[in-house]
Amino acid sequence: MGSLFILLLLLLFVAAATPVAHWLGVDPYETDLLSQYAPPSPEHPLGTDDAGRDELVRLMLGGQISLLVGVLSTLVGTVIGLTIGVVSGYFGKRLDAVLMRFTDGMIALPLLPLLIVLGALDLTKLGFSAQFAHSGAAGFWRVVVIVALVDWTGIARLTRAATLALRERDYVRAARVSGGRAGYIMTAHILPNVATPLIVAVTLTVGRVILFESVLSFLGFGIVAPTPSWGNMLNNAQELVTTAPALAIYPGLLIFVTVIAVNFLGDGLQHAFDPRSER
Amino acid sequence: MTLVALDNIGVKFPVGRRTLTAVDNVSLHLAPGETVGLVGESGSGKSTLGNVVAGLQRPTTGAMRFRGKPMDTATTKAAHKEIQIVFQDPFGALDPRMPVSAIIAEPLLIQRIGSRADRAGRAAELVEQVGLPRDALNRYPHEFSGGQRQRIAIARALAPDPALIVADEPLSALDVSIQSQILNLMRSLQQARGLAYLFISHDLAVVNHLADRVAVLYLGRLVEVAPRAEIFAMPSHPYTVALLEAVPRIGRRHRRAVGIHGEMPSPLDPPPGCVFHTRCPKVQAICRAEEPRLEPAPGRPAQSAACHFKS
Repeated sequence: MGSLFILLLLLLFVAAATPVAHWLGVDPYETDLLSQYAPPSPEHPLGTDDAGRDELVRLMLGGQISLLVGVLSTLVGTVIGLTIGVVSGYFGKRLDAVLMRFTDGMIALPLLPLLIVLGALDLTKLGFSAQFAHSGAAGFWRVVVIVALVDWTGIARLTRAATLALRERDYVRAARVSGGRAGYIMTAHILPNVATPLIVAVTLTVGRVILFESVLSFLGFGIVAPTPSWGNMLNNAQELVTTAPALAIYPGLLIFVTVIAVNFLGDGLQHAFDPRSER
Repeated sequence: MTLVALDNIGVKFPVGRRTLTAVDNVSLHLAPGETVGLVGESGSGKSTLGNVVAGLQRPTTGAMRFRGKPMDTATTKAAHKEIQIVFQDPFGALDPRMPVSAIIAEPLLIQRIGSRADRAGRAAELVEQVGLPRDALNRYPHEFSGGQRQRIAIARALAPDPALIVADEPLSALDVSIQSQILNLMRSLQQARGLAYLFISHDLAVVNHLADRVAVLYLGRLVEVAPRAEIFAMPSHPYTVALLEAVPRIGRRHRRAVGIHGEMPSPLDPPPGCVFHTRCPKVQAICRAEEPRLEPAPGRPAQSAACHFKS
């Protein structure tokens, strides 16, 4: 329950970005080169960054992006991985072979060139309007899609392995004797029973995705400046770590807290879903 | 009228380039309300045959008929309701994430029988019929012992009011004291509902207690079928003789069992002629060359055995 409380605090923190900016009377995008690396003050509670922007408000704004990317990408990736894994494991045979070789292929793909290609895709050629293609929203959705497309493989393999074991269980066979079809068995028996290993994998993915977004940002395909995200703030602070160590510590600490809280939440969820655990 | 008729059922599995013959040319029928005990060693194909009857395994050759009809779409649908199964391992037979009420009502849910309230009511009825307290309904399988779980599995099998339950070694994983409870439960349910059982077991004492007829499988072949009293009084096939002698009995002086030596041959490479000839005390030249047919024993038309020298 503590983890849920911390996550709620984090949500409150990132949701407060606009009101706090208004209240402090700062613009998180306006650079002020005369007040670089300012120490904490009533006007800038956490000081300012290398461009003289308010660090606190940027952390709040960046959190919105990072948390959304983390949750959405994981969600999309989980849906892809879960579907492929359950279908592959349940039907087996040739379909399994095709889907698993495809998954192996995804794992074997060199990530960096793939990201560069996906990041460089001209969205207007895919039928999106030019206005959308150059907006910040396009960059955000691009990250979500890229991360989801490369990060479902682990979940697919895990789900397949669990499904392979579950489909031969006697309760599944009893359901088949009663006339239960594949769709029923997958939703009624397989999905609830793969939930336990899956929740752990999914919560770990959320943390990894938040960091992965920063890699993308670093390469210039993710959330690009001036829009802040914890990932690109952390990356940006790396070269300044001797001048202004605090700029690296704040986003790093927030990512750390988020990942830990999500993992504990996963642990709690797992217990809540498992009828065997004591309550 | 027969409930289930198996005509020349064969089940073969490809294993690499070879073929494993799990069940070979088995013909057997079950009448409504009848209990047929299916006995044999491990690997004799009893469970595979049970799976064929339950619809879990499609026969490679031969066909099954249900109430006289071939297994087309409509008959299969009827069989899903009328044939249910109870497994050996009570710990793997129940979904750990479902409350008992949902487990018992599952066959009804799958077949869309009744409303949600009807199904809940039926589960409540059944849970009492199998001798569990009513508050068991809201609990989960891990809260029950092996015997109690087997009662839940039986309640689930009873839910759609079946005509036949395939019981695949339902007592083997239970303590002896619990075994007799479950056995008595199965018997009283049979009397109350006119159920038929295909009772798969390697425990001849249990089969003697419950079965009307006994079918003996060896290496996927049916070697003997006979009414219970006949087979226990005067087994015809040498394998059945050996099986019965292997049963330990209190009060009988231990003597060396005749006949059964060595291991069952591999189903990947069954011996030619009579499959039992490698271990048979009565073996002659003809046994190695010619496969015996399942024919009535001399003077006992109800008792059939597949042996050139049946007694």
